[in-house]
Amino acid sequence: MSLLDVMGPVMVGPSSSHTLGSLRIARFVYKFIGGIPSRVRFVLHGSFAETWRGHGTDKALLAGIMGMSPQDERIRDAQEIAARSSLKYSFEFDDLGEVHANTVLIEAWRNGKKYRIMGSSIGGGEIRIVEINGVSCNISWEYHTLVVVIRDVPGSLERILREMSVNITNLYLRRISAVERLATAIIETDDEVPEEDRVKMRENKCVIECYYIGRD
Amino acid sequence: MKFSEFVARSKETGLPLPRVILEREEEKTGVPREKLRQYIGGMLETMLEEANKKYGKRQRTLTGMTGSNGYLMRKASPKMISSFNHTAMVAALSMAESNAAMGRVVACPTAGSCGVLSGILYSLWKLENASKEELIDAFIVAGGVGWVISRNATLSGAEGGCQAEIGSATAMAAAALTYYFSRDGMKCSHAAALALKSLMGLVCDPVGGFVEVPCVKRNGIATNIAIAAAEMALAGIESVIPFDEVVEAMRRVGRSLPESLRETGKGGIAATPTARRLVEKLREKNGLAMRQ
Repeated sequence: MSLLDVMGPVMVGPSSSHTLGSLRIARFVYKFIGGIPSRVRFVLHGSFAETWRGHGTDKALLAGIMGMSPQDERIRDAQEIAARSSLKYSFEFDDLGEVHANTVLIEAWRNGKKYRIMGSSIGGGEIRIVEINGVSCNISWEYHTLVVVIRDVPGSLERILREMSVNITNLYLRRISAVERLATAIIETDDEVPEEDRVKMRENKCVIECYYIGRD
Repeated sequence: MKFSEFVARSKETGLPLPRVILEREEEKTGVPREKLRQYIGGMLETMLEEANKKYGKRQRTLTGMTGSNGYLMRKASPKMISSFNHTAMVAALSMAESNAAMGRVVACPTAGSCGVLSGILYSLWKLENASKEELIDAFIVAGGVGWVISRNATLSGAEGGCQAEIGSATAMAAAALTYYFSRDGMKCSHAAALALKSLMGLVCDPVGGFVEVPCVKRNGIATNIAIAAAEMALAGIESVIPFDEVVEAMRRVGRSLPESLRETGKGGIAATPTARRLVEKLREKNGLAMRQ
């Protein structure tokens, strides 16, 4: 914890783990899918399921999926704002298994595609994205983050890394399917990844999908 | 990291305590201290602006268990305490209620305990006419106290009980006040120790697990403990046990608290018949908890 973490942050209450953390998970999804989804389903687990409305977790999740920042005072009106928009949403409760007590699974539909992202709020507003479309991961979102689905063939990683003009802070690679020959690379950087890098990356033959989630 | 190191360094170099604390953060993060100070100034402005906006107003909180405490306190004229305390209490209650109403707060050191320091700095600003630079200095000293606690113990109610949240906030506020009136690092350290010792062992027992009862009122009452601790330190009263050792003791006490007394809403006042009835009523009314 830095001095500034102790002295802040500026946020909308009432709880850093139930409100701020849940908003950040949903906002991660908003950035991942590139905008507000047409439909979203929130599945709350553990403590999130027990105290959701009393901690404003429902409002925070809705605000986050609509792209609001943690300091946005419209968070408390998130339901009304969502009702006026075309966003369809539902809250459900389920046991998501061996995960942190404050965990939410977000299923979002946008432009005909379905996304499934699971995140945990681990305290003090910090989060971990633990699963994306069935692939487990451990993203803190403390860095600018690229999630790239690439071909699981020799030289693939090397070729996509060549497209990066900024320094890489952390790098993870994991096979998704040996049959389909797919892998996921997660690239974290301190500096923002320039648009042209991302364009080149998407055009790269080794890249199937590429998502960029800039840090707040 | 120890608070005594900050105080010693300030004494050796003759540099003011807030500057020593900022330099430490600069060393750790590489962010220049002018920039840090500017950022902290922004947080202070938000804090005072929000306190001004919500001061003594009725608010609609998420569960409705609180929301008019700041209002009632403002309407009453104090019979015993000074206007400094009174203003701090109104601001602290109002900010804690704003937090419960999903208003904007500076979570210093946590969202649930944000009222204490807001209240103290608001009083300094309104009644002592403290300048912005003086307030930033006091705020940074408070930050230094909280930072030391976060490194050597915890600021989380789920880990260490309410002593880690309201206790820490009160120690931070006591140090801020003492710095403002004395610029004496050693006295700040005594004030923080006196405050933290007074709240040692305080359990985290929110009714239903929501940050309202008893959290909101604890914020209001804690401002007086901070003021009392600062007055004592300013009078030359010393804590027999040094602040850093009190923090270590607080950590150990926190670890020995059972889980029911660490933000689970299952022990302390949260386990009383009235609390149970209230939670049951809320559940029926709002569908607050779906499982359990």
